[in-house]
Amino acid sequence: MELYELTVHELQERLTRREISSEEIVKSLFTRINNVEDKVKSFITLTEEIALQKAREVDRAGHYNSIAGIPMGLKDIFCTRGVKTTCGSKMLANFIPEYDSTASRRLDEMQGVLVGKLNMDEFAMGSSTENSAFFATHNPWDLERVPGGSSGGSAAAVAAGEVPFALGTDTGGSIRQPASFCGVVGMKPTYGRVSRWGVIAYASSLDQVGVFSKDVLDSALIMNIIAGHDPLDSTSAAIEVPDYISYLDGNVKGLRIAYPKEYFGQGVDAAIKESINKALHKYEELGAIVEEVSLPHSEYALPAYYLVAPAEASANLARFDGVRYGHRDFEAENVIDMFSHSRAQGFGDEVKRRIMLGAYALSSGYYDAYYLKALKVRRLIANDFDKVFRDFDVIVSPTTPTTAFKLGEQCGDPLTLYMNDILTVPVNMAGLPGISIPCGFKNGLPIGMQLIGKAFNEGTLFKAAYGFEQNTTYHTMKPELGVK
Amino acid sequence: MALNMKEVEHVALLARLSLSDDEKKIFGEQLSSILNYADTLNALATDDVEPLTHVLPAFNVFRVDSIRPSMQQKEMLTNAPLAEEGQYKVPKIM
Repeated sequence: MELYELTVHELQERLTRREISSEEIVKSLFTRINNVEDKVKSFITLTEEIALQKAREVDRAGHYNSIAGIPMGLKDIFCTRGVKTTCGSKMLANFIPEYDSTASRRLDEMQGVLVGKLNMDEFAMGSSTENSAFFATHNPWDLERVPGGSSGGSAAAVAAGEVPFALGTDTGGSIRQPASFCGVVGMKPTYGRVSRWGVIAYASSLDQVGVFSKDVLDSALIMNIIAGHDPLDSTSAAIEVPDYISYLDGNVKGLRIAYPKEYFGQGVDAAIKESINKALHKYEELGAIVEEVSLPHSEYALPAYYLVAPAEASANLARFDGVRYGHRDFEAENVIDMFSHSRAQGFGDEVKRRIMLGAYALSSGYYDAYYLKALKVRRLIANDFDKVFRDFDVIVSPTTPTTAFKLGEQCGDPLTLYMNDILTVPVNMAGLPGISIPCGFKNGLPIGMQLIGKAFNEGTLFKAAYGFEQNTTYHTMKPELGVK
Repeated sequence: MALNMKEVEHVALLARLSLSDDEKKIFGEQLSSILNYADTLNALATDDVEPLTHVLPAFNVFRVDSIRPSMQQKEMLTNAPLAEEGQYKVPKIM
């Protein structure tokens, strides 16, 4: 087994046993990155010097607790002091933050080693990472295909063995969908579970920070570090964080699992449905109770999302005006032109589309018809989940309707691309936790299973996910990539 | 719901985005198609439904009003496209 193939907990064991040093791990990962990065293109920025320096510091101190000395990647949406943070946009191509996001600072304080900042759809808007202003990332399982998005760089880097784990963000599926496409574990916690401070905002009532990892144990381990209240984020919940690892007993006996019939409808690939059905049988075999339920408003979640999220984006992205940071048009002669030109030059098409859509939905005369209507539908969606969770512990569904599609295939009509998120968006609308874990393959491409839990009940999700993982081998499969 | 040229121009103005005529045409078509999709929400009766703005119970969060370190002017200005004498510089407003 090469070092780059190991999980966080496996690396941790070797460090604790003094079999390897952090410096050796970091050097070997950079060899791996050098071997595969021109194919996968996960990283916008690599921080080799900083990483080696930190690794040597950890080795000198010699305390390998938690993630000390273990490499990590961050989606380029997390502000990192002194390290360029672009958000995948020309607008922030040269932006170097003066502070760290809370989530990345917590990892940094546990002595995790940052190896680089990962590619993403511009301002987290997209489902393929093709909306990055810099370049597209390629799916390690098939380089002609997308890794998903918006956290595509994070998913691809973990799948390709470039980092053992990475952080991403999920507003409508941006962790779970790329995790599914790349065959890794993607955890999107409950809204408010992880601080959003220092994370560049897209849609503030939906955005949540989460984890990409190679297995469920690593996901729980990282959540133990990043979850919890932060006084700097007034929407972060002051609710106690349990030890997530304590939920990993592999026992799903008596667990009440629901599968919503609406998530197995037309448009969901037959091979994916079959995979999820097999997984449900597996759960039954393991002693869980599995029943069909209905989430009747499911089909309305996506159209409601594409009003709520753009509305919030149009407000959040108003700050990019060329005054305090970011791209500025220096030719403009008056300040209004400077705003409009700077924004026109700095933003890509999808970002412009969503800003305009949001501005329209919030504008006088249309607010009630669109924005308010969407918020009411959001209530109905949340009520659907509440009802099911009175009788069940976990909801299981496919993560995505299809496996990874080809680069360029869905670039034409924005609506086609939006449909990718049809099974993940409802979870954000209700603020619930969701995790995607590998559960099969179709023609060599990974299939993901989504598990949805009650608010602030990530523990039960981890329990259910771990129970499946420990009785299957999908998470041990690795893409070839044609290099050792 | 189809957006006409005037509406596209109005929304671009609200969004502070300068667009070429070609862009106005393409964005207009795309926004119309997304809004058509959004119109499917009208199939639901929502008169008696309370809007859900935020999934967590929303309340004001207060902190003690005490002096604490904040970012320095020099640091704040490091990313400024244009600054002079400790201030952001922009084109003439008046």
